Amino acid sequence: MTETPLLQYTLRLADTALVLGHRLSEWVGHSPVIEEDLAFGNMGLDLIGQARSLYSYAGEIEGKGRDEDALAYLRDAPEYRNILLVEQPNGDFAATMVRQLLYAAFAHSYFEALARSKDAMLAAIAAKAAKEMAYNLRHSAEWIIRLGDGTEESHRRAQDALDELWPYTAEMFETDQVERALIEAGVAIDPASLRATWNKTLDHVLSEATLERPRDGYMQSGGRIGHHSEHLGHILSELQFLQRAYPGATW
Amino acid sequence: MATTAADTALRERAWAAAASVCDPEIPVLGIADLGVLRDIRIENGVVEAIITPTYSGCPAMNMIALEIEIALENAGFARPKVTTVLSPAWTTDWMTEAGKAKLREYGIAPPAAKAGRRALFGEDNVTCPHCGSADTTRISEFGSTACKALWRCKTCAEPFDYFKCI
Repeated sequence: MTETPLLQYTLRLADTALVLGHRLSEWVGHSPVIEEDLAFGNMGLDLIGQARSLYSYAGEIEGKGRDEDALAYLRDAPEYRNILLVEQPNGDFAATMVRQLLYAAFAHSYFEALARSKDAMLAAIAAKAAKEMAYNLRHSAEWIIRLGDGTEESHRRAQDALDELWPYTAEMFETDQVERALIEAGVAIDPASLRATWNKTLDHVLSEATLERPRDGYMQSGGRIGHHSEHLGHILSELQFLQRAYPGATW
Repeated sequence: MATTAADTALRERAWAAAASVCDPEIPVLGIADLGVLRDIRIENGVVEAIITPTYSGCPAMNMIALEIEIALENAGFARPKVTTVLSPAWTTDWMTEAGKAKLREYGIAPPAAKAGRRALFGEDNVTCPHCGSADTTRISEFGSTACKALWRCKTCAEPFDYFKCI
């Protein structure tokens, strides 16, 4: 592969934002109440907006004339570098909210840190994303408390979702060869340095929600090098449908 | 480069033309009042408007950029450019007092306080734009557009949009 670490890193951030944004968009028209329909539309839009900025930048770094659309619509699953957590199915409302909490609690502090990156473009994108992830975090945390500390049924569903998604949380804090040099250069963020903040946020919310934090066991990984669950292919078949059916279509 | 009075006048005219563009989703609010129009640059007779998005995914940005081009062309500036910058990130603190007053008149509560609330468990104090009561409650953090939340006044019982503080 001839991709530079900066390109790979930017694509990882972009793919994670796009896939989660797409997942949230799947709720539109299906949410339990209209306020949440609006919320999913809004939050999905934030994430897709972040992805657009990141893809445009990735295209610039690559310098081969690929724009945001080419990167989003014309790459297949093994070329996607999103973390596995965000491609997990929406499940029920509790599962979607747990997934959102796990990611937003991470992404909020991650983008706050990345806003101080020595890469001016990544810093600029991150500064906007950090603000958006702040209310993504607030929204999902409030829901997890309501669900966890709600009825027996909502508590059970929230706890099940938490147990189910927990094995996908460690991947957020991993680093590899691609990122290590960028971290040393002050461009990328060492996610391990954010673990304590994430733990504190999670513990705070889960204790209010009367939910039990799952024990760390076997952890899934591989999304950032293109090893995905079967779910990503299905996401892309919908997300990329138009360009697959009508290559080059514009309007 | 020395700035002549003619340059200043030209820039002011271009600023006024661009500032006349309204947010398509809040038609009473000009993009200068909103803090989206950041700068006007003139180089070799070409006008460049610098704008910044309110939210990463704000779908109004493309339309705003197009309308700025049209407004500048109509004001006699040939082939104007519109450039989007992300940094520094837009904040509701940039909204002008005139902008906030226009929002209130339109029935939207303007952003309440200086940005920078906590991520977790913060609460804004929002005043009802209809009756001025401070006894209000949030219905939904997300409203009809990315920048608004849905609130209700407990005094006059009217629901209203609140321009979120970020």
